[in-house]
Amino acid sequence: MLKDQDRIFTNIYGLKDKSLKGAMSRGHWDGTKQILDNGRDWIINEMKASGLRGRGGAGFPTGLKWSFMPKESDGRPHYLVVNADESEPGTCKDREIMRNDPHTLIEGCVIAGCAMGAHTAYIYVRGEYMREREALQAAIDECYDAGLLGKNNKNGWDFDIYVHHGAGAYICGEETALLESLEGKKGQPRLKPPFPANMGLYGCPTTVNNVESIAVAPTILRRGATWFSSLGRPNNVGTKLFMISGHVNKPCTVEEEMGITFRELVDKHAGGIRGGWDNLLAVIPGGASCPIVPAKDIIDCQMDFDGLRAVGSSFGTAGAIVMDKSTDVIRAIARISAFFKHESCGQCTPCREGTGWMWRVLERMVKGNAQKREIDMLFQVTKQIEGHTICALGDAAAWPVQGLIRHFRPEIEARIDQYTYRSTSEGAVLEAAE
Amino acid sequence: MSVRRLAEDQFQPATFAFNAENTAFEAATIAKYPEGRQQSAVIPLLMRAQEQDGWVTKATIEYVAEKLTMPYIRVLEVATFYTQFQLKPVGTRAHIQVCGTTPCMLRGSDELIKVCQHKIHHDPFHTNAEGTLSWEEVECQGACVNAPMVIIFKDAYEDLTPERLEQIIDEFEAGKGADVPVGPQNGRHLSAPIGGALTLLDDIKPVRTNLDPKPEPAAEAVSVPPADAGHPKDTAPETDKSLKTPVTAPAASAANAKEAEKGESTTTTTSTKPAAKRGSKAEGAPAAEGAVAGEDKPKRTRKAKPEGEA
Repeated sequence: MLKDQDRIFTNIYGLKDKSLKGAMSRGHWDGTKQILDNGRDWIINEMKASGLRGRGGAGFPTGLKWSFMPKESDGRPHYLVVNADESEPGTCKDREIMRNDPHTLIEGCVIAGCAMGAHTAYIYVRGEYMREREALQAAIDECYDAGLLGKNNKNGWDFDIYVHHGAGAYICGEETALLESLEGKKGQPRLKPPFPANMGLYGCPTTVNNVESIAVAPTILRRGATWFSSLGRPNNVGTKLFMISGHVNKPCTVEEEMGITFRELVDKHAGGIRGGWDNLLAVIPGGASCPIVPAKDIIDCQMDFDGLRAVGSSFGTAGAIVMDKSTDVIRAIARISAFFKHESCGQCTPCREGTGWMWRVLERMVKGNAQKREIDMLFQVTKQIEGHTICALGDAAAWPVQGLIRHFRPEIEARIDQYTYRSTSEGAVLEAAE
Repeated sequence: MSVRRLAEDQFQPATFAFNAENTAFEAATIAKYPEGRQQSAVIPLLMRAQEQDGWVTKATIEYVAEKLTMPYIRVLEVATFYTQFQLKPVGTRAHIQVCGTTPCMLRGSDELIKVCQHKIHHDPFHTNAEGTLSWEEVECQGACVNAPMVIIFKDAYEDLTPERLEQIIDEFEAGKGADVPVGPQNGRHLSAPIGGALTLLDDIKPVRTNLDPKPEPAAEAVSVPPADAGHPKDTAPETDKSLKTPVTAPAASAANAKEAEKGESTTTTTSTKPAAKRGSKAEGAPAAEGAVAGEDKPKRTRKAKPEGEA
């Protein structure tokens, strides 16, 4: 188990002092000026050496992302945009950072801003996190008062942070949709290229990072890249906030070392599976868009990017949704399909039409009112959606359905058999044509 | 996507205006964005209007469009695209948003929806007879480890049971919503596991190893192990790394060379035999010996000459 001393988020449960003074006593805002004085290249190199991969789901190396920003400004301002539009079902880590440990994020913004030549940051908080937004704003105001932000501040890098918010659209978690939304439009993703590093917010160079990626940066720079990369295993280094929800005895959010096995994670922190390990049916390991993994594969799986790729899923945001044997797994996935149908922005036809189509077919499969050949048809349609849309929402909607068919096909077929059996033994069910 | 339309005309009020506090908020919000980019403020302004009036009216949309010099249609687009905006009047005392996405569903949000149907109205977005309560099913609200949960206006009520939700609804209906404690309803603290946090119990000492004396070499100290990609896969016995060579074992090699010299000076023999002897002493592979012997020869002759002269 990760030692408390090695945890980056020292107040994730909000049991300690949340104020600036409290954060400073735990080592935040310590030597920020010194870090900034080391210069942009030093920060970026250190971040690259640390091996930190973005914590928002895709796992893109953070240091590399920062280095894409133009070195010299061509007159346009640079922007840092922090993606706090945390809407992936199963994910609730940024919420804890913003309401309980906001100074990690604010300090991270200053350092990341300096590394990419930005003097302004916008933090885009999802609309539903109203109290979190207030807590974050209060912490920012505290920093302005203490002279850590604003013009001519103590850190020697002029920096302003503005909190912006959305209004309940999952798609705004996609970086270009987030920028559109921040510009006051509908959150519909943009085509790439041009990439945000060249043409982002207001047509200016912009980098969009997840809250957790930014919030861990100051501690990495203070303790050194070697420390961070010594945790976990190569290519999957560091610590991560894990969220364990669903059928466990004690659902919780906890910071752990990457590569911890699922069994250890659940036993140590979440009080075990409801009804014991034999009662585990399946797990969605990284937020709703990741394919489902059956119990036998997940139990001893290492929870990191490579470990979960090996079992045909992905690490995502590390929000594990645990299902025990009482779960109607078809219905669980059908509900995820309904979610994606609700959240599709409507821009690309495969996603707009496909998400609704998949949901309707799955709703029939929940009852068993389907043909077995429709399972193959459904799989084929998911393949038609995947990769044929501007953003990754199409893929995200397709993967859970593919995972269901891959691992629980017998379940779907049995449901269909049962329905057919019942309808014939109790007389044919006649339905009027619509 | 879902179809969302503005409320019918009979519900729409004729005008909209921010109160004094919100007018100040409006100015401060618009000032957050660069000159000429005031459009960015559209979502915060609509949201503040909704907080003031309970829902987004047609008059609000027109007001915001004029304020931000935007075409009406762009504001209408925003109001209908984002599902958090209520386009119809909702319950005045509570609008209960039940999260029904999979993590909450697994923990029993179906029962919460039944409670709402039973206590408020069968259908979402319909107020009860008095107009005080309404409900809807929403998508993930980002409190999955505290499932199941509902949001009422700004606050989340988490770790609910159907009975507890009934009590909460009763409290709100009686106008005592502010008395209900927010957050988890089963005694746990925020997202910590029930029964108390298991981590972060120790006092944490700040660490700043990277900053203390030497900020510079840290970047270089982090070494990426050399990749093997450039090295050909080689199984030849000559390149076996466990074998001793003059490079890997200079002391043994020097000893061998000395011994060989002694052998040369005392017994003058042909070149082949001592080579074999040296080889056995050097404990090396035959190929390696050859190389050693070959290198040794000229040295030996060079050294032998001065000895002979002396």
